[in-house]
Amino acid sequence: MTVTILLFANHRELASTGSLDLELPADATVREAVRRLRSLPGLASLPAEPTVAVNREYASLDRDLKPGDEVALIPAVAGG
Amino acid sequence: MTTALEVGGTRVIGQVSADPIRIDDLLRAGSMADGAVTVFAGRVRDHNHGRPVLRLHYEAYEEMAERELASILDETANRWTLSHLEAVHRTGTLELGEISVAIVVAAPHRATAYEASRHVIEEIKKRLPIWKREEYADGQLEWVRSTSPDA
Repeated sequence: MTVTILLFANHRELASTGSLDLELPADATVREAVRRLRSLPGLASLPAEPTVAVNREYASLDRDLKPGDEVALIPAVAGG
Repeated sequence: MTTALEVGGTRVIGQVSADPIRIDDLLRAGSMADGAVTVFAGRVRDHNHGRPVLRLHYEAYEEMAERELASILDETANRWTLSHLEAVHRTGTLELGEISVAIVVAAPHRATAYEASRHVIEEIKKRLPIWKREEYADGQLEWVRSTSPDA
């Protein structure tokens, strides 16, 4: 299945992109998505256990993914 | 984007936007039944940790920020008796003194207005997927990592 990965702030700069598609096995969790993401060229320095959101809600790394899910890595927030 | 809804008896409005924040417009909140209106405005400050700051650049995961803000406001409206609760957060480039976040609460009594306002700003700082990059006098840019209560 394919999911969309969103990257922001320092993560986006590190990856030189804010969005990419990631191919995953059918039963993959968020943790597996992050593992595969970090194995891509240049992305090894992304955090191994980032805060994440799935479909615009905070989610656990153990969350099961579905085709087309939007998975965002959320760096330490700094609003206000 | 703006989210506006009624929660119990509270008019709730949340917005994440690149448009300038106009406090005068926000001050019309509530009705003659409201003895208290609090306005909190967060402004761009000219220093951070002793380093001169020229301006700030805010980046947001806008769709999620709007949703998370709506959820903070919903929780707040359910916890305190308010007639109007509104929060606006800026995105984009902000110059010194510009308002980056504003929270307006209208309520019958001041204690609830102050408490609700404080709750909203603390939750915004903890939860909204928004990031800021400081631009310094020497031309350097750095992402701000702090989420401490006095940030």
